[in-house]
Amino acid sequence: MPLHRLALAGALLLATVAGPAGAQGRPHGGKLLLTGGVSSIDGAAGGGLTPWALTGGYGAAGELGGSAFATRVKTQDYGLGAYGAALAWDDRVEFSLAHQDFDTGPVGGALAGMLGNAAFNGLHLQQDIAGLKLRLAGDAVLDSDTWIPQVAVGLEYKKSRTGPLADVLTAFGAKDSGTDLYLSATKLFLAPGILANLTLRATKANQNGLLGFGATGHDGYRLQPEVSLAYLFSKRLAAGIEYRSKPDNFRDNAALGAGALKEDDWADLFVAWAPCKNFSLTAAYVDLGKIVPGVVTRRQTGAYVSAQLAF
Amino acid sequence: MNRMLFLVLLGAALLAGPVQAQTAPAPADDALYQQLGAKPGLVTLMDDFMQRLLADPRMNPFFKDVDQVHVKAQLVDQFCEVSGGPCKLKGPDMKRAHAGMDITRSNFNALVEVLQQSMDAQGIPFGAQNRLLAKLAPMHRDIVNTP
Repeated sequence: MPLHRLALAGALLLATVAGPAGAQGRPHGGKLLLTGGVSSIDGAAGGGLTPWALTGGYGAAGELGGSAFATRVKTQDYGLGAYGAALAWDDRVEFSLAHQDFDTGPVGGALAGMLGNAAFNGLHLQQDIAGLKLRLAGDAVLDSDTWIPQVAVGLEYKKSRTGPLADVLTAFGAKDSGTDLYLSATKLFLAPGILANLTLRATKANQNGLLGFGATGHDGYRLQPEVSLAYLFSKRLAAGIEYRSKPDNFRDNAALGAGALKEDDWADLFVAWAPCKNFSLTAAYVDLGKIVPGVVTRRQTGAYVSAQLAF
Repeated sequence: MNRMLFLVLLGAALLAGPVQAQTAPAPADDALYQQLGAKPGLVTLMDDFMQRLLADPRMNPFFKDVDQVHVKAQLVDQFCEVSGGPCKLKGPDMKRAHAGMDITRSNFNALVEVLQQSMDAQGIPFGAQNRLLAKLAPMHRDIVNTP
């Protein structure tokens, strides 16, 4: 069964069975509101673009927690849909699955013309992501008398399916799967109501993996910092910024013109609202920089909306 | 690079709001105590808090059989002390006071939730709530005694 079917099945299971079942008898939902973060586009609990050291859902020590999400991003020329689920045990180990579908907009048509292959028209790039996160130490929320953050390590195994583009990416030296490794530190400064996260990600991914992993001449892991900063307006409402740096493995690739595949960092401004522990909504303004500037020269900015069910 | 600068400025703006709000009035040490309504405010808060604890199915088992008047008086003294008021909590330390009960992280958080509801009901501003919780939260190390 493909990973994205598994992710969907997991999400449905969480939403329909595990939540209500957990509500009967066994202790559950012991974490405070919003302290499981939201669902990142890659499935792990965090901000929108980056994983945090928090585990997904509301399971405290000795409890099971979980979340399922659907996210939609729309920029001037591109669209991204993602969905998935995460399960966490003991507020310590988190397992997540996600599926992404990227609509390449005008790029597919342009490639069809350049390469004389109609199969590129309406090109969608997809990937499945399986994530594992382990909280190592600290309590981001309750240890409010120290600067010591909650720290977690994680990995995200990504497998991309790029259709007719696969042969092109192979020729450019990119593989169709890769594993990101990350270290996250998350701290809620409770008195001022500010949450900060720093994630260091070792990755080979091109555009998060949607354009494969590595490239000719740039095939090694790169260490990329990702930063989130949020202000709590109330228990239910947080707003902030994120910045996610990315490798630029295709920077020397000139097959489609010099700098045609250059890759920019990502950033967003977000608002997250959780009316209750079972549901949250996140809206953001995203700036994904230029994506395949050889074909589409303008910056890609736009809207991000994500809904999450959790227990 | 422009974008990085933009983000840094935004971050600074986000941080500056609360930081300025904290430092501008140069509050006295008992500013939080005053925001909680001083002694009368804390007494009202604890009356409401105890009612909510008894009404909450997660918390009721911990409080239904205690000397509620005594516990409320202890809590008033404790909150008064940690918020900078002229009180001193007497009695056993937090660890010993809770040693007779099995308290999980989940129980601790549930009490925080009930306290937040109570503070909301008393109209205590969110910022003051968080400054108080920041003083109380580290006590989880002594109070939570069951994995």
